[in-house]
Amino acid sequence: MNPAVMIFAAFVGLVLGLSFYFARKAKSASGYFAAGGSVHWAVNGIAFAGDYLSAASFLGICGLIATKGYDGFLYSIGYLAGWIVALFVVAEPMKRMGKYTFADALDYKFNSKGIQLAAAISTLAVSIFYLIPQMVGAGILVTPLLGYEHWVGVTLVGVVVIFIVATAGMTSTTYVQFLKGALLIIFSSVLVVAILNKGLSTDPRGVQSDRVEEHVAVADMKAQGYAKQQEQALQANNKRTGEVEDLLIHGGKVFKYADQAGCVSWWLDHDGQLTKLPYKATTAEVQTQVIDKVTGEVIEGETSSNIINGIARKDDEMIGLSRIKTLPVDADGKEVTETGSLGPFEFLNILSDEQTEIEQWKPHRCVDGEDHVIVFTSNLVTGDKVMVSGRKFLKKVAEGKEDTFWDRMDFMSLMLALFCGTAALPHILIRYYTVPDAASARKSTILAIGAIAFFYVLTLFLGLGALAFEVVPENGNMAAPMVAKVFGVTLFAIISAIAFATVLGTVSGLIVASSGAIAHDLMDRYMGMNMSDEKKVIAGKLSAVGVGIIAIILGILFEKVNVTFLVGWAFAVAASANLPSIVMLLFWKKTTASGIVASIVVGTVTALGLILISPNIYDKVYNVDGSLALISFNNPGMISIPLSFITLVVVSLMTQKDAKAE
Amino acid sequence: MLHEPANQDTGPDHAADYKSSLGVKMFIIYALIYAGFVVINVIDPNIMKVKVVLGMNLAVFYGFFLIIFALLLALFYNMLCSKKEAELNSSNKSEGASK
Repeated sequence: MNPAVMIFAAFVGLVLGLSFYFARKAKSASGYFAAGGSVHWAVNGIAFAGDYLSAASFLGICGLIATKGYDGFLYSIGYLAGWIVALFVVAEPMKRMGKYTFADALDYKFNSKGIQLAAAISTLAVSIFYLIPQMVGAGILVTPLLGYEHWVGVTLVGVVVIFIVATAGMTSTTYVQFLKGALLIIFSSVLVVAILNKGLSTDPRGVQSDRVEEHVAVADMKAQGYAKQQEQALQANNKRTGEVEDLLIHGGKVFKYADQAGCVSWWLDHDGQLTKLPYKATTAEVQTQVIDKVTGEVIEGETSSNIINGIARKDDEMIGLSRIKTLPVDADGKEVTETGSLGPFEFLNILSDEQTEIEQWKPHRCVDGEDHVIVFTSNLVTGDKVMVSGRKFLKKVAEGKEDTFWDRMDFMSLMLALFCGTAALPHILIRYYTVPDAASARKSTILAIGAIAFFYVLTLFLGLGALAFEVVPENGNMAAPMVAKVFGVTLFAIISAIAFATVLGTVSGLIVASSGAIAHDLMDRYMGMNMSDEKKVIAGKLSAVGVGIIAIILGILFEKVNVTFLVGWAFAVAASANLPSIVMLLFWKKTTASGIVASIVVGTVTALGLILISPNIYDKVYNVDGSLALISFNNPGMISIPLSFITLVVVSLMTQKDAKAE
Repeated sequence: MLHEPANQDTGPDHAADYKSSLGVKMFIIYALIYAGFVVINVIDPNIMKVKVVLGMNLAVFYGFFLIIFALLLALFYNMLCSKKEAELNSSNKSEGASK
């Protein structure tokens, strides 16, 4: 059995056992929704980390650092800074004011139907936006890591999480998150030690066949024989006739598919001078032989629609899209190809040196007839540019271009949303109800800050390790597991299993938050069903099953959709709709129920509205050129957050008389 | 399993106002330092290339500083809050008992 499957199965077995064990504690509403308020602050602190460090943190940030350098680390900085807001502003008041849900705290002095409805909807919106990428992520992870199909991964996570939540609610969820948080931090540390111990090299893997540029050489070698036959089969399949010479223009570059010096390939045409490029094409399924990526062994009788450098391949990913090409010379001015073991600061300093050259392969996605083609062009960048902002954010500013207002605005919006979003995520806030008192809420937040801070420092080394070790895959999100693979199958299996467990922990928290919003906020309070304790638990469990099934369906339906932007929606809505309400309720005595409702509605609508007309969504969701978008920035925080605050103040001032009358 | 019975009645928290006021002050300190990081980047990210401590460039140093400073500030906050809680809540309990 695959070792990753075995480790994951052991983890699932352990959490299911814990769920059974704790099921008896979840018979009351307090037991089910808030673990009876009896979780020790130390357990809650690590569970906070397990709840918060989702697949977006572990896989997304490492992937972004591996592909964009320091700009990915900005997320680590912003996400951690958000915990300062949670500790200094929200932690203790949330514990004092609330009972089971975020809406409880907002509504504690109003008993307003409007707040109950608006807060419940906002909780469900944020949770569903967060849930979809987690479920799709489970499906994406399961294929390369465990070898199953997408729907299997989604269903597996869904069923296990439904079981965890429906048996013992917040108690079992707490321990799943505690275990996952602890394992994630321990094994990420092990991986970082391994990375530093290996050091940096211009040929880190010593496996030439996996290098992107070597694919070109492979294509060369095969050009006279096997690859030629493959190309002929492809041309027949693609219904290409006559000369093989297609032209594509993408981003000002001209690519030519041509037979040149006996090699049929995609070429970069620069004023008539041709440079052969690595490429990948997805075409109609070809009845052909398939060559194994590593061994070069021909596997008979299979079909494939993935063509990499002219050869049909089983896998569909290019790997090794980044590597160190040149290391700084030593003190004697001699060339260095390998550093040996490094300390953490040495590692960072070499990677940020202007003499360090990093080669990255930039994808250009084009459509050629019925084929989807990605050609990769080499891009050389020095270390000093990789280790500052300017490769994803603030591009124009870093390059000294004019007209940089929206560039700057976008960056400020992102950093503001990261700062304000954390303390307003419902699935994080409900953890404050699981501890006995306000002091425990504070202490658990501080432990969470310590654990999360340590993990976010590790993300920089994990991401840069992937960048330096020539293992960055096309799907950058797989960078952390791929860097673990460099150190052997066992570490890869452990990291893969933890990546999968990461999804379990976060999804459990989201489903508990959603079931609380449905059973407690909507059914019991808003609809006035006044359920008994026992009925509320049954309603909570049924809601968890319902939300879990919906999550499975959405995870399968959204398989082919790029859903990472939904995490951005969740943060934008949380920061714009929820945080202004919490802050003003705590610090402004004139806040009214109408003001809170208006603030939630305006914050949600503005944040979502601006995102829907942003360049990123045009580009990735509507498949329309992002420059045609109605606005020129992607992050709405700089507009939606202040607008939500202003709305709350204005509406509260307008409704002072009504509030006094009530 | 560190899963203990909840405190049924922890009583009023006489240190709540102190903690709230301290929290706001510390939040402002951190927010200003965070804003400084954002502003330097917005003016020109290339400023962050300058080497500062232990060979680290300003970008890495400032990033690490924000992460580590958050933890230090949190620990300091907890120390002050715990001290005040012990002082105010115990003195109020003893006053209550003497009455």
